[in-house]
Amino acid sequence: MKKRGKGNLPALIMLFALLMLWQLGAMKVNAAYILPTPLQILQKLWELRAPLFTVHLPATMLVTLIGLVISLVLGLGLAILMDASPFWQKALYPVVVASQTIPTTALAPLFVLWFGYGIWSKVLVTVLITFFPITITVYDGLQSARVEMAELLLTYGATKRDIFLKIKVPCMLPYFFSAIKMAVPMSIIGAAIGEWLGAQSGLGYFSRRMMTQLDGAGVFAPIVLLSAVAMLAVGLVSLLEKKVVRWRGES
Amino acid sequence: MSVLAFDGVSYRYPGENFYILDQLSFSVEAGSFHCILGISGCGKSTIFRIINGLLQPKCGSISVDGAPIAGHKHYCGYMPQKDMLFPWRTIGENLALPMEIQGKYSKKEQRGRIDAALADVGLAGCRDKRPEELSGGMRQRAAFARTMLTGSDLLLLDEPFSALDFLTRISMQEWLLDQWQRHGKTILFITHDVEEALFLSSSVLVVEATPIRLLREIPVPLGYPRTRQDLARPDIVALREQLVGMLRKQVAQ
Repeated sequence: MKKRGKGNLPALIMLFALLMLWQLGAMKVNAAYILPTPLQILQKLWELRAPLFTVHLPATMLVTLIGLVISLVLGLGLAILMDASPFWQKALYPVVVASQTIPTTALAPLFVLWFGYGIWSKVLVTVLITFFPITITVYDGLQSARVEMAELLLTYGATKRDIFLKIKVPCMLPYFFSAIKMAVPMSIIGAAIGEWLGAQSGLGYFSRRMMTQLDGAGVFAPIVLLSAVAMLAVGLVSLLEKKVVRWRGES
Repeated sequence: MSVLAFDGVSYRYPGENFYILDQLSFSVEAGSFHCILGISGCGKSTIFRIINGLLQPKCGSISVDGAPIAGHKHYCGYMPQKDMLFPWRTIGENLALPMEIQGKYSKKEQRGRIDAALADVGLAGCRDKRPEELSGGMRQRAAFARTMLTGSDLLLLDEPFSALDFLTRISMQEWLLDQWQRHGKTILFITHDVEEALFLSSSVLVVEATPIRLLREIPVPLGYPRTRQDLARPDIVALREQLVGMLRKQVAQ
């Protein structure tokens, strides 16, 4: 952790080598409409910067953000409910797990029929993909609180609220951040899938439109942008985590 | 005057078919230091969990300062076996816990009391450290300071030194006696270590059998302050052998 730059060096070398391989391979194949070279993709990204950054990236980010917020509210709510009541734990946990066996991508065309080409069909795909890891991880975090600690506070005269705020929440925080770090890339993927299936704007929609025009580099350019944004977002969450969580794991 | 009195208290764990405490009566006078001595699993911790209200007795009554504990609050300070310092809080924030929950003091008063308590247990300057930065003995002292800050006159210490190495443990025992003499609290101390019980208590309360029907009170013929050399006196050695004999009978069963 301390020597971050040095720790990332092997990964950077590996990435560079793979990109070189890709560049050489694509040049050999010489069919930019199906396999563009990394340089062609970067070039395309630059050419299309105006529509990508002003129209499609904001559209995708909006879907991601709304989806993530709904997932967070829903996931935290379900996790707290299941932690507080054994009845709700028994009732909800299997349903939450079962919801993950639904192939969301296969159902997504239906969502478009139900909610139209607007933003909400994409938000629904995003929520269905991300609320599960948030719910389960946060629930595990709440459950990791130790009974002995709660008992100690009870002898001080603590209420349920004291125990929740002073033990459950601190125990849950590291898990919460793990959940967010998982959910951010997943929500971006969810938004892009939603847009692929039917939309009027967004990076997923843009990528698909380029596909119909057999513009290989144009398909890749928004995808590269999506990955970059996802990495940036996870990096930001990690920074926030370092500020907030000063403690990790069991004592 | 007795600060704590048990009168015919019985308790049975759910799912067990016997009473682990059976019509137990005993009392403890104010300002005394008693060790409850018994083998592991004999039910001595159950006594504490009933006093501090984590368990409800099936029958009988318990009074502290002459009043039944039901409806009372903050009448005892309980210190569990592990230090139970919250790893996400600094030492100072850990010490603030009982006061935060009682809500009697302002932030500023809390801070003053925390600094005083830390200085008192020899941890001045550790307020902003994290628990993992402290040694085992220091952590127990911090946990003791937190127990003191409950403001209760009756302290229940459940094998607080059992996880410490031998040398740390004997210096913590001396330190605890010093604390007790300076603050005039009533201390009940659970242990399974015969020497620890003899060194600390004015009289040992021995658990002779489970279910616990009585605590046999065996006075220790030593005054305070005492030193470890006193434990080598022939009468104390004889007493130690007697206590070890009482406990071994139960292990053999």
